[in-house]
Amino acid sequence: MIETALLYFFAAASVGSAVAMLLARHPMRVALALVTAMLSLAGIYALLGMHAIAVFQVLIYVGAVMVFMVYVIMLIDTRDRAFARFGKFALPGGIGLVALAFVFGYALAGDEAPAARSRDFGVQAFSEAFLNEYWLYFELVSVLLVAAVVAAIAVVKTAGTRRG
Amino acid sequence: MDKTQLLVVVGGLLFSIGLAGIVVRRNALVMLMCMELMLNGVNLTLVSFAQRTATSEGAVLVFLVFVVAGAEIAIAIPILLLLARARKTLDVQAYAELKG
Repeated sequence: MIETALLYFFAAASVGSAVAMLLARHPMRVALALVTAMLSLAGIYALLGMHAIAVFQVLIYVGAVMVFMVYVIMLIDTRDRAFARFGKFALPGGIGLVALAFVFGYALAGDEAPAARSRDFGVQAFSEAFLNEYWLYFELVSVLLVAAVVAAIAVVKTAGTRRG
Repeated sequence: MDKTQLLVVVGGLLFSIGLAGIVVRRNALVMLMCMELMLNGVNLTLVSFAQRTATSEGAVLVFLVFVVAGAEIAIAIPILLLLARARKTLDVQAYAELKG
């Protein structure tokens, strides 16, 4: 009972903070709304028994990505004219959002899902599946991370030579 | 409403709101954060289906999405900082040279 209530609470919190992201003016408020949405999603994952995913969501997304984002927001000028909220695509974008939400709702409503089987998915189950069956993707991901680091350094270096 | 169905609807809503944010907003940094929101919506559907079918593929895919999002941020943020330094603004309408 309490789990269902918490699930509905976290779902409402994530959607509500997503809407707040759409409407907030200052990028810092957008970032904090996104952090709220991610923490609500971590709560949903924990309620579903996916404890490993919930921990990674908090550690990687909130702890690394969003902290990085908040630093960058602090670095840029706060009196930027880009703080005007909407561009010129506001009306077609809003129409597209309504249409997309309608299509999702129409496609998902009334589907009879098969009976749920639930299983706790902790760190042990996750790492066994990950390193036994998906070790190739693990290696590929490490290559991707190295490429990302090299690309970031290359971008910064290019800017330095052009300026100097 | 069934639990998985509710979560898939929430994931679709998060994806739609993120997409609308990319189209509607004009601050490049905010657009980047809306992209993260779209990835989170996809992650939510992956996790709820993985939990429904009691398989591990969805969870592994979510972990890979985490890493891809980290790599994307690591490249996108320096590019955005350089853009902000070159044009003194993050307004995407200031970068419209390719418009015909």
